[in-house]
Amino acid sequence: MTNRANSTDWQSVILVILRMLIGWHLLYEGIYKLAHPEWSSIAFLAQSEWIFSGIADWIISDAGILHMVDLLNTWGLIAIGLGLVLGLFTRPAAIAGTALLMLYYLFNPPFIGAGTTVPLEGNYLLVNKNLIEAVTLVLIAVSPAARRYGLDMLIANKRKKK
Amino acid sequence: MSSEKDKKNQPGKEKPGKEKPGNNAPAGEQNPGGASGGPNDPGISPEEENRSGLGRRNMLKALAGVPVLGLFGVQVLRKLDHDDKHNARKQIVKELGLEDLTDVVKPVAQSGGDVIRIGIVGFGVRGAQLAESLGFMPKEEFEKDMGNAASMKKARLQTQLEFGNLDVAITGICDVFDMHAEKGLEIANHDIFTGGDIAKKHGVKRYLRYHDMLADPEIDAVIISTPDHHHAQMTIDAVNAGKHVYCEKAVVHREYEIEPLYAAVKNSNVVFQHGHQYMQTTAFQQAKEIVRRGMLGDISHLETTTNRNSVTGAWIRHLYNNGKPKPGDTKSIDWKQWLGKAPDVPFSIERYYGWARFFDYDTGLYGQLFSHEYDAVNQLLDVGIPKTVAATGGQYYYTDYYGQMPDVLHTNFEFPEKGFTLTYSANLTSSKNRPRTVYGKDASMTFGSELTLTPDGDSEKYADLLKRGLVDPSRPMIDIRPGASLDSALDAVTSASVQYYASRGLVSTNIGGKEWDPNHLHLREWIDCIRNGGTPSSDIEKAYPEAVTLAMADISYRENCRTQWNPEEKKIERI
Repeated sequence: MTNRANSTDWQSVILVILRMLIGWHLLYEGIYKLAHPEWSSIAFLAQSEWIFSGIADWIISDAGILHMVDLLNTWGLIAIGLGLVLGLFTRPAAIAGTALLMLYYLFNPPFIGAGTTVPLEGNYLLVNKNLIEAVTLVLIAVSPAARRYGLDMLIANKRKKK
Repeated sequence: MSSEKDKKNQPGKEKPGKEKPGNNAPAGEQNPGGASGGPNDPGISPEEENRSGLGRRNMLKALAGVPVLGLFGVQVLRKLDHDDKHNARKQIVKELGLEDLTDVVKPVAQSGGDVIRIGIVGFGVRGAQLAESLGFMPKEEFEKDMGNAASMKKARLQTQLEFGNLDVAITGICDVFDMHAEKGLEIANHDIFTGGDIAKKHGVKRYLRYHDMLADPEIDAVIISTPDHHHAQMTIDAVNAGKHVYCEKAVVHREYEIEPLYAAVKNSNVVFQHGHQYMQTTAFQQAKEIVRRGMLGDISHLETTTNRNSVTGAWIRHLYNNGKPKPGDTKSIDWKQWLGKAPDVPFSIERYYGWARFFDYDTGLYGQLFSHEYDAVNQLLDVGIPKTVAATGGQYYYTDYYGQMPDVLHTNFEFPEKGFTLTYSANLTSSKNRPRTVYGKDASMTFGSELTLTPDGDSEKYADLLKRGLVDPSRPMIDIRPGASLDSALDAVTSASVQYYASRGLVSTNIGGKEWDPNHLHLREWIDCIRNGGTPSSDIEKAYPEAVTLAMADISYRENCRTQWNPEEKKIERI
C-alpha cells in the first residue's frame, strides 16, 4: 500500500511538472509576441491548408480582424500559461490550451503532401508537437492529481469555508 | 466528464454536489481539505485533514507555481535583454545613425481643386492601367477586386478610395482601334469614387484623330500611351496646343526627335511628366538617402538588368494564351494612322500587337525596360548622358517570330567624368532575378521593391564593424522591406509577415502604413503640379538625358558600332 501510494505521489508530481512545463512554454510564446509588436499570425495563416484555410483567408483579408486574432492569441497564450504554471483555474486553462493547440494543429496539419515554408526544427508526419501538447493538456484537464500544487487549492479551500 | 473518474478514484469520498451544493469548482478540487484523503485525492494529505483551514504545508503546495513564475520572469527579462544586446542589426542601425531612415517618405498630401479634364491617346493595356491609377475602371472588375480576400490590389484600391480622388475626369478617348476606344469609353464612364457621376457631369467623347482631341478646349491635359514612335510628335503637338502632357516611356523613338521635343516643352508653360514611377516608391527614397549619407563609398559600377522568360515577356503578343488570334483588322483599326511616320507596310496583326519587337516603332528592350532602369539610376545619382555606349547581343532564341528585338543584350555606358560604368544586361530566355545593384568601395546596394546594403569585406569605412563581427560581407547589414518598421524590417527571422508581402514585388509601395500604387502617385504629382505649380519628378530635364542615352544605345546595337555624345553639337557620333 505504501509503495502504491508513493508511486501515485510520483505520478502526481510528474503531472504537476508537466503542467508547469507546458504553462511555461505557452506563457513564453505569449510574452514573446507581446514583446515583438511586429509579430503577426499572417504568415502562419497564409500557409493554412485543409479545412480551416478559408477561415484563415478571411482573417487575413481584413487588417482589423487580423489584429484582433493576433491580440486574442497573444493574451490567450499568456492567460493559459499563467493558469498552468500557477495551477489557477487549471482545468479551464488546460481545456482552453487544448483548444488553442488543436486550432494551430488544424490550421496547418502535417499531412502527407502538406507544404511548409516556415522553417521547422523537426520533421513531422500527421503528428506534431502541437498535437502532443494538446493531448497532454487533455490528460492534465482530466487528472485531479495534476491540480495538486496550485492556487486552485486556495480557491477550493475558501469555498469550503463558506 | 472527469467527475465520474474522480469518484471512482475516491471511493470513500462523499458526492461533491451533496457536500457543497452549487460548487462549480472542477471535480478534483471539490474537497481539497476534505475528509477522505488517499493517494489520488487532489487536495490535502490525510494528516492535515482535520485541521481547520489549509495548513502551512498545503499553503506551500498551493503556492508551488509562484517561485516557478518568479524564475520565469527572471529568465524572460534576461532573454529580452540578451536579445536586445545581441541584435546586431539593431546595433548597426544605431551605429550608422539610421533610426530615422523610414521617415524619409512623407505621407502624400491631399489633392483637390477644379476638375481637370484628361484625354487619353492610345487606350491599350497601358492606357487602361493609367486610367485605373486615376480611379477609373470597369464596374465589374472593381467589384471583383474588392470582393477578393487578401490581395495587394485590394489594399491599393482601398487606399485609393480613401485618399486617391484627384478630382479629374477622363473626358476624351482616342484610339485607332475601335475595340480599344470602346473599352476606353466604358472605363472613363465608371470611376470608383462616385460610380460614374463624374462622367455624367463632364461627358466622355471619342476622338478619331488625336489632333481633334488637342483642338478641343474641353480637354486640359493628355496622357499619351501609344506605341513609342508616336510619343515625341504627339507630345510636341500637345504642348503646342497648350495641353499638359503625361507621356509614357520612352519619350522618343529616334535621335532627331530629341531636340525639337526638348525645345517645345522647355519653351512652354505646360506641366510635362514622363511615365516612370519608381522614384515614387519608398525603397527608392531610402536608396537615395543611403547614397546621400555616403554609405556606399566611391561608386564604380551600376548594374541594371532584365530577366524574363516567356513569349509575352518577349512582346510576342498577337495570340491569346489559348493560341487564338487577338481581334483587329483593317476595318476596326485605322492602320495608316497607327503607322504614322513609320514606313508604309500592309496591315499586320503581329506588328500591331508585337510592335515593341520592331525597330520601326520602338527601340525594343531599351525603350520598354532599360528606360525604367536608367530612370532609377538617373534619379538616384543624376548620372546624365554617358560619354560612350557599346552594345552587343542578338536574336538567338525567338528566331521563328517577327521583328528585330534581341533576346540577349549587353550594353556598357561609360561615365569617365563621374568615375563609373553603367551596364545593362538583358535576357529574355531566363527569369532568374538579378537585382539592380550599385557597387561602391565600402558597400553594395540592391534596390527594387526592397533594398539591401551589404558591406564590402575590404571596406575601410566599415572596418571596425567588420572586425567586431557586427556586420558580415556575406549578408546584408540593412535589409529594408517597405511596410514594416525599420526594426522588424531588419529582423528577417521574426518578420515572416513582412517577407510574405515583400514577395509581391513592385506594383505597390507602402507609405505611412498604406499600400499605394506608384503609378497613381506619379500621376498625382503631375496633377498637383498642374493645379498648384511646381516641377514633377520626371520633368523634361530628366527625360532629355534619358532620351539621348537610349538613342545612343539603340544606334550602337542597330548599327553595330560604339557611339559617343558630342555635347557641343548635341549630336550622337558613331565611333
